Amino acid sequence: MKELDNQRLVWIYTQMLRIREFEERVKGTFEEYPGVIRGHTHLADGAEASIVGSLATLRPSDQLMATYRCHGYPLALGTDPKAMMAEIYGRSTGLCGGYGGSMHLVDTERGFLGTSGIVGQGIPQATGAAYAAQIRKQDQVVLCFFGDGASKQGAFSESLNVASLWKLPIVYVMENNSYNVVTRVEQEDANAAAGEPLAMKAKAFSMPGVTVDGGDPIAVYEAVGAAVDRARSGAGPTLVESKVYRLSAHGNIIAPPGVPLHYPEHEAIEVFGAREEYEAALRGDPVPRFRARLISDGSLTVDAADQIAAHVREEMQVAVQFGIDSPYPEPEAALHNVYA
Amino acid sequence: MAREIPYIAAINEAIHQEMARDESVLYFGQNLATTENDEFLKAFGSDRVRVTPISETAEIGMAVGAAIAGMRPVVELYMAEFMLVAMDQVVNEAPRFRYMSGGRVKVPLVLKAGYGFTAGWAGQHTGSIYGMFMGIPGLKVALPATAADAKGLMATAIRDENPVCYFHHYLLTLEPGEVPEGEYLVPFGQASVRRSGGDVTIVATGWMVGKALAAAESLAAEGIEAEVIDPRTLVPLDIDTILSSVEKTGHVVLVDQATRHASASALIAAEIADHGFSALKAPIKQVTALDASVPYSEPMEAYVLPDEAKILCAVHQVLGTAPVAA
Repeated sequence: MKELDNQRLVWIYTQMLRIREFEERVKGTFEEYPGVIRGHTHLADGAEASIVGSLATLRPSDQLMATYRCHGYPLALGTDPKAMMAEIYGRSTGLCGGYGGSMHLVDTERGFLGTSGIVGQGIPQATGAAYAAQIRKQDQVVLCFFGDGASKQGAFSESLNVASLWKLPIVYVMENNSYNVVTRVEQEDANAAAGEPLAMKAKAFSMPGVTVDGGDPIAVYEAVGAAVDRARSGAGPTLVESKVYRLSAHGNIIAPPGVPLHYPEHEAIEVFGAREEYEAALRGDPVPRFRARLISDGSLTVDAADQIAAHVREEMQVAVQFGIDSPYPEPEAALHNVYA
Repeated sequence: MAREIPYIAAINEAIHQEMARDESVLYFGQNLATTENDEFLKAFGSDRVRVTPISETAEIGMAVGAAIAGMRPVVELYMAEFMLVAMDQVVNEAPRFRYMSGGRVKVPLVLKAGYGFTAGWAGQHTGSIYGMFMGIPGLKVALPATAADAKGLMATAIRDENPVCYFHHYLLTLEPGEVPEGEYLVPFGQASVRRSGGDVTIVATGWMVGKALAAAESLAAEGIEAEVIDPRTLVPLDIDTILSSVEKTGHVVLVDQATRHASASALIAAEIADHGFSALKAPIKQVTALDASVPYSEPMEAYVLPDEAKILCAVHQVLGTAPVAA
C-alpha cells in the first residue's frame, strides 16, 4: 500500500466533493426539472469517503462491480459526469445510451464492470470477475461493493465461500449504512441484533473481516488497501465492513405515474422519528470533516478548498445542462443491443 | 469423417474441442473434476476446470461475472431444475447486462442443463422447463435431439456472444448417432426437417423427435406422409421453416414433453396462428404432457407423457381420418 502524499489526499477530497455535488444535482433535478428522472434513483451521499478511500487503493487494471447505488464509483474512476447525468436523464448521449439509467452504470474501460439492481446478486458476479482475474495472472484485484442488507442474501454466503476456498483476488466492501431500505440493521441481522459487527460474518468463510469508519477516507484506504495487498499476493479475499451513514433516503419515492417524484426525508426521521440520530450523522458528514482535517493539517488551504468546490460546482452544472440539452434516443433503438 | 458415438460423448467432445481451441473457455460446476483422472482436468488444468460447491447462484453468477470479464464459462448444472435455485442470475442478470449497458459488455456463457429425466425421478428432476426461458430477450435456448446436434449446438453455444441455455435430454444420454469428427458447428435458428412429407407437419423437440419419427413411419404405412421438424433452437426460433411446411401441408401437430401452458408448442402454435392461419385446413393440435407434476410410479408417468399413440391420434384428428387398426 502506497503512502498517501499530499497530492493524493487532495485528489481524494476532490473526488468526494465531486460525488457529493453530483448527487445533490441529481436530487435537485427532481425539483428543477420534474419528470426528467424516472423510476428509482439511489444516492451515495454520505458514502463518499468509503467509495473514494476504497478506489484509491486500486491500479488502473483493477476492476469493480457495485449495486444500483452506483453513481459514486465511476465518478472517482474518471467517467465523464456529463455522460452519467445524461444516462440518468435517459438521453442518447448517456453513458449506456439510455438503456440502463441510474441503477445500471457501466464503464468497462475504467474497470467498472457494472451493477445488479437486485440486492446481493452482484456479489457472485464480482466473484466471477475475480476468478477471471486469477486465471489471467496479471495481478488484478476486484472490489465488490454491496450494502449491509445484501449480506443476508444466499448469494453473499455462496460467493464468500467460493472466494475463500479458491483464494480469489477480491475484496468485499460492505457499505453498512444501518438501513435495509426502511428496516434497521438490528431488525434483520443476527450479528447486529447481538451487538456484534457484521464483519464477523467473514469468520464463517475463514477469511479476515474488519470493520472500519467509512466516514474517514484514510481509514478506509488503509483497511481496503491491506485487503487489496492481501488479495494481490494470492492470499485470498477479505470482508471489509465500512460503516457509513446514508444522508439521503434510500431512494426517491416509489409512486405510480402522475405522482411527481421527490426525495423524502431520511428513514431515521420519516419512519422512526429519530431526528437526533440523523442530525448527529449530519454533524459527522464525511465531506466537511475531511476538508477540515486537510486544512487543519496544512494539506489544503481554505482558498484552495474553495477553488476546488467552485470548480466542482461548475463541472456538475455543465453535466446537468448537457443532460437536459441532449436528445432522447430514437424509439427504435430499443431493439438494439438485445443480443451481441 | 462421421462415426457413431453417444449423445453425451458428443457433448463432451464439443466442450473439449472448444476448450482446446479457445483458452478463455472455462468448465465448472458440481461434482466434476474431483480427481486427477478427470479428462477435462488432465487436458486443461485446474484454472479452467473446477468443481464448485452446491451453490447455483454463485456458479451462475460467477459465470456472468467471468463472462463480462472476458471468459467463456460453461456451467455444468446436471439437472435443469437446479437453475431454478438461481433464477435471478439466469433470467434477470445474464440476459440483461448487455442491454442495460447499452452494448458496452457481452455475456457469453453456456448453462448446460439436463432435462426430462422421466425414468422414475418423480416430480422435481424430470421437468421440461425450456419454455419458461423462451420469452427472455437476451437469452438463447438450444435443445439438441441427436448426437450430431448435441455436438454442433454445444460448439455454437460456446462461441455465441450471448448467454445460452443448453438443454440436453437425459433419456437421450446414451443414444448413439453419427457425429462428425473435428470442428462441427450447427447454426442457431435453423430447424432440421427430419422427415419430409406433404400431408401433416409435426414439430417436435428433444426426446419427442424420435417419437414423432416413429409415428411418421406408422402413418406412412397408412399412406399418410408426415413432415417432422425439429427446431433445434427455441431461441432463435426458425419459424420460417415451420410456416413453409404448414403452407404445404395445411395440418399441424405440435409435440412437446412440457405441460401445455409451459411448453414451447404453445408459443409455436401462436406464431403459426398469427402468421400461417390462411394455410391451415384444420385447427392446430398440441400433444403435450398432461397437467400434473411428473409422477414417480411408471404407469402414471407414462400416462402423463406424450407418446407415439397420442401423436398418431392427434394426426388423425387434424386430418379427419380414422386410424387404421393394427
